[in-house]
Amino acid sequence: MKQILRLRINNQNYEVYAPIHKTLLEILREDLNLTGTKHGCELGECGTCTVLIDGEPVLSCLILPVAVQGRAITTIEGMADGIMPHPLQTAFAELGAAQCGYCTPGMLLTSKALLDQNPQPTRDEIKHALAGNLCRCTGYTKIYEAVEQASKT
Amino acid sequence: MKSFELHDAGTVQEAVALLNKFGPSAKIVAGGSDLVTGVMKDWVHGKGMPIPEKLIDVTAIPEMIGITIAANGGATIGAATTLTSITESKDLDQKWAVLTQSAASVASPLIRNFGTLGGNINQRPRCWFLRGEHFDCYKKGGDFCFAVTGDNRYHAIIGGELCYIVHPSDVATSLLALNASANIAGPSGTRAVAFDSYFTGPREDVLRENVLKHDELMVNVTIPALAPNTKTAWSKLKDRQVYDFALVSVAVVVTQENGAWRDGRIVLGGVAPVPYRAKVIEQALVGKNIKDTIKAAASTLKTVARPMSLNAYKVDLAINLIERTVLNAL
Ligand SMILES: Cc1cc2nc3c(=O)[nH]c(=O)nc-3n(C[C@@H](O)[C@@H](O)[C@H](O)COP(=O)(O)OP(=O)(O)OC[C@H]3O[C@@H](n4cnc5c(N)ncnc54)[C@H](O)[C@@H]3O)c2cc1C
Ligand code: SF4
Ligand code: FES
Ligand code: FES
Repeated sequence: MKQILRLRINNQNYEVYAPIHKTLLEILREDLNLTGTKHGCELGECGTCTVLIDGEPVLSCLILPVAVQGRAITTIEGMADGIMPHPLQTAFAELGAAQCGYCTPGMLLTSKALLDQNPQPTRDEIKHALAGNLCRCTGYTKIYEAVEQASKT
Repeated sequence: MKSFELHDAGTVQEAVALLNKFGPSAKIVAGGSDLVTGVMKDWVHGKGMPIPEKLIDVTAIPEMIGITIAANGGATIGAATTLTSITESKDLDQKWAVLTQSAASVASPLIRNFGTLGGNINQRPRCWFLRGEHFDCYKKGGDFCFAVTGDNRYHAIIGGELCYIVHPSDVATSLLALNASANIAGPSGTRAVAFDSYFTGPREDVLRENVLKHDELMVNVTIPALAPNTKTAWSKLKDRQVYDFALVSVAVVVTQENGAWRDGRIVLGGVAPVPYRAKVIEQALVGKNIKDTIKAAASTLKTVARPMSLNAYKVDLAINLIERTVLNAL
């Protein structure tokens, strides 16, 4: 069954005519070509599909888009301010906090939600906030350091 | 995913009416972190676990969201309240830290931000045969349990029969320790069921884990005020440091008199098809000095444990974790 979904993504309104039984991740990637949001485990375990809903990081692979109509969805495409990268993006690039980069969109959005709520987090608070975002390359240290650097700018 | 219809319920009555109208083909959905991962993605189903055709969304029902502290000192938490709201509640943390600690140990923040209390308590088990596409086991309406001869390292060490799941909910473990109850709405009104009798094992009905009927839903949970000087503690052991389901978890609620166990509960998660109240251990402690007795008392778990081929290690884990958690509570 197809229906019209009304989604507000990165401050823009979208009307999508799509099957109701697609996850938010699938709608973003397959119907809206917003492929910055990555497809990992589809089981809620890896965090690479993270998006923000009303500022809170959640997993788009487990969210039904019908249930989030009318709410503010932020994807990685909405993180930079025009051509100006977000301070977190700058810090991740400067410190080499991305290697293959597959986890990076999720890492950035979860970190953004953390800094929006808690501008000067401790290392422990950063670790707790990022507990659901797995990275198989960096060993996490560079990621924590990048969040710390961004929190100082 | 298979196609489905989604219905937004605005009130509890509306949700019950929809459940009643659609019959067993309808299911409640809250955050969806369990339902969408398993059943809706059509990996986990069988004739005893059909894929729902209608989903009834309860996350916009105002009376099912939020935390209220009552005049009598108890609390009521709406079933559609997110786990993050529970972990962040100072009121709950001050009075019932065992609950907020258990909620904080669930999954990752990314799931707690949309996963709800009702979804946590009513989530389906994590047995990897159940979650595997190709195993048509008893719980899916099939005629075999693959865990008996298969890899059962995470399965039940107590109370398994026919099916050997462990109840996956961390929050249920602490709610049972707190003697909380569930308020359930159905076509004939509402009923309160203490968590003591909310969860059901495979012996009663292998196709479900609790007393909820298909046309009922959980509206909220009430927690009674604790007696003065009650102490609580929570521990959860898991295979990975970051987050995982419990190998064993322990919730302790205790009152003492001069160092002796007066009253309380020791509840284990990850060991049985239901959150398991370790009455043998409580009885071994009553009236005795806790510090002197706990080691011997905890080891009485051996009298009720019946491990499977690969999970006897969980008996030792549980005994040690019980000892540690009870001592932490004091
Ligand atoms: C990667 C991962 C790790 C996890 N780790 C843990 C963990 O460590 N500990 C733990 O306890 N859980 C864990 N979970 C389970 C997690 O899904 C739940 O904890 C979460 O709280 C479920 O809430 P929900 O609102 O998303 O549930 P949903 O998926 O919406 O619902 C789950 C089930 O409950 C039923 N239901 C929901 N609300 C009600 C209601 N009000 N009345 C009646 N029935 C209802 C639904 O019909 C469904 O069958 C994990 C899940 C994932 C994906
Ligand atoms: S333990 Fe239960 S859920 Fe797992 S395979 Fe056996 S019957 Fe199925
Ligand atoms: S793809 Fe969503 S958590 Fe892995
Ligand atoms: S940079 Fe490769 S997974 Fe994180």
